[in-house]
Amino acid sequence: MSETIKKFLYLNRKAPYGTVYAWESLEVVLIGAAFDQEVSLLFMDDGVYQLIKGQDPSGIGMKNFSPTYRTLGDYEVKSIFVDGESLTARGLMPDDLMRIAWDDPDTQETVENIVTVVDAPRVTALMDAADVVFSF
Amino acid sequence: MADTIDVDGKHLAVDEEGYLADLNEWVPGVATVMAKQDNLELTDDHWDIINFLRAYYEEYQIAPAVRVLTKAVGKKLGAEKGNSKYLYSLFPYGPAKQACRFAGLPKPTGCV
Repeated sequence: MSETIKKFLYLNRKAPYGTVYAWESLEVVLIGAAFDQEVSLLFMDDGVYQLIKGQDPSGIGMKNFSPTYRTLGDYEVKSIFVDGESLTARGLMPDDLMRIAWDDPDTQETVENIVTVVDAPRVTALMDAADVVFSF
Repeated sequence: MADTIDVDGKHLAVDEEGYLADLNEWVPGVATVMAKQDNLELTDDHWDIINFLRAYYEEYQIAPAVRVLTKAVGKKLGAEKGNSKYLYSLFPYGPAKQACRFAGLPKPTGCV
């Protein structure tokens, strides 16, 4: 394993169902989490729908994989960002998003929610800071 | 590995690595039969982990990677069980891979 820690940014821009991008991205994140890199997730455009609470795709015969996002903290993925402008443009509020908890292994404390809504300058900064951007 | 296993008189399909093809077909006998194939006798301690994995899958829709499983077991069943030495003593072929197979779950996500 490489000793260089890189900053990975996973950019999620598509709605959760209808294409396989959202699920594939989540799987890559969970598998990649084994490699001890610095991982951030950013949800923007229709990608914000991936984190909406109370998903039920049974009507279109799809498996509801949204509960899996709540394991991201268990996989030590603890930087999860949502573009605020994309939320607003879709009439959504931060309260419409699911909450993802993370247990700090050092302090044993639980951070109740690691999902952060960010503004446009922060989105730019996140992309600038990343060594690698995976766009889904 | 055969393409089916016989449990309670039924032939259940498994994939090329021995994981149950349809997790809805799971009955406790699946674990017993698979364990016998691996020359393992299931104890209550094994069942604790198998049932824990099934509950985890029910809640999160994935089979956890081994280090995630270890951490989650420690939280739920106590620190003396949440370590890889204990889990490997129960499931010598790997606590996540082998126990997930017994539990009828797919191969764990993030096992490399």
